[in-house]
Amino acid sequence: MPELNSGDTAWVLVASALILFMTPGLALFYGGMVRAKNVLAMLMQNFFAMGIVTVIWVIFGYSLAFGDLGNGGLIGNFDFLGLEDLGSEVTGTIPTLAFVVFQLTFAVITPALITGAIADRMRWPAWVGFITLWSILVYLPVAHWVFAGGWLAERGALDFAGGTVVHVNAGAAALALILILGKRKGWPKEPMPPHSLPLTLLGTGILWFGWFGFNAGSALAANGVAAQAFLNTFVAAAAGMLGWLIVERMKSGHATTLGAASGAVAGLVAITPCAGFVGGMSPIVIGGIAGAVCFLAISLKFKFGYDDSLDVVAVHLVGGILGSVLLGLFADASVNELGTNGAFYGGGWELFGEQLIAVGAVLVFSLVVSAVIGLVLKAVLPKGIRASEEEEAAGLDITQHSETGYALERS
Amino acid sequence: MKLITAIIKPFKVDDVKEALQALGVKGLTVSDVRGFGRQRGHTEVYRGAEYKIDFVPKVQIELVTDDDDAPRLVDAIIEAARTGKIGDGKVWIVPVDEVYRVRTGERGHDAM
Repeated sequence: MPELNSGDTAWVLVASALILFMTPGLALFYGGMVRAKNVLAMLMQNFFAMGIVTVIWVIFGYSLAFGDLGNGGLIGNFDFLGLEDLGSEVTGTIPTLAFVVFQLTFAVITPALITGAIADRMRWPAWVGFITLWSILVYLPVAHWVFAGGWLAERGALDFAGGTVVHVNAGAAALALILILGKRKGWPKEPMPPHSLPLTLLGTGILWFGWFGFNAGSALAANGVAAQAFLNTFVAAAAGMLGWLIVERMKSGHATTLGAASGAVAGLVAITPCAGFVGGMSPIVIGGIAGAVCFLAISLKFKFGYDDSLDVVAVHLVGGILGSVLLGLFADASVNELGTNGAFYGGGWELFGEQLIAVGAVLVFSLVVSAVIGLVLKAVLPKGIRASEEEEAAGLDITQHSETGYALERS
Repeated sequence: MKLITAIIKPFKVDDVKEALQALGVKGLTVSDVRGFGRQRGHTEVYRGAEYKIDFVPKVQIELVTDDDDAPRLVDAIIEAARTGKIGDGKVWIVPVDEVYRVRTGERGHDAM
């Protein structure tokens, strides 16, 4: 019987609460960036993730993701349906139920990330269908591959807190879905400026705060690796902000608040897979590169003509790929005995290759299955997945939820 | 009777109101409006994407006056609203057939 550690347990429980707080933070981050007529629809799509994913997780989600731990395979099993009989189990040095709730918070925020790409035009019933099917058909298997000792983990790919499982996964799904949904009417000629950047900056602060739970909690213990991951998270966000602002100032003339917020998030995304596997100055390099490259990646949507409303592809897909691949260079086994050395630390190119395979596998799987889910919903739902032209013009708040975000003129 | 309509810079609205009150004006209507003239709009940049904002915010002032008073009121508006920079606005006068006071049904000069 493995021994329970009360310090580790306390930290993982607190970290889980920190991570759950990221989803409302993400809702505000995105909500501030959309136009005022769509703010509630954005908040709702994010909040709903906390509802639907939690229930799925308890009934069979955890079991399919984490059943048959370490089988080197594609999916878990049905041994833990309804989380029955787990009350006295121990995983590592923490109660299994603490592990269950910690992993649940990842499952909640991952599909929520997709909402930024599809903003302003997806019908509510279509989102309900998409997040339900995507969580089951995409998130659960990928979480098993990487976090539960599935085939990618077995091969030797590293992902400390979800560079592939969370960010590449959600970013690829976002890309698939926006290609099926199509552009918003008027994009990119009509201005669609953020309606409240203060909300976006508040959301960024909450994300940054919660990310300490995300990354440092992934040590699953209150130990030195957790402290290293905590520090790396802090530093990469800071460097990401600076990287973005420098390039933004040079390319478009101003350092903006939206740029500061976006750069910090880009740094956080990129450090996620690396957090407990790198040390020293590496997080400055990883975060700085992410801030600069993610800013430049935004121009891709104009070049290729896909309407990624709030740049989920540029920040999460590109940032997630960057972090996962850079780990193949910067991984330092002296930081974490469970890690390996990357190319810059005498480990050769083996890890780098495994990181590429992990990124490619998750990207292709998520892209294809997300597209299939999107196309099936488009064919099956009576009104399709996209708001009508009239609904889009009036805004999703009033047409999808019969509410108004700011009833300033009616008092 | 005349209707005077003035489109001015929003921060000048109090100066114009005080100038008109000093000349005995007892009522006027103010609206927030947007538009463009020679000033054109401005540019905003979000995540490197430039948006041209064509419509600049302005304030529109409307008041009805006797024929004789109209020229001095227009002069007062122009003097109070002017900064000398592009985008100061426009003022115009149109004839009005009749004016009624809703509460009493009075017409013409008595209704003003």
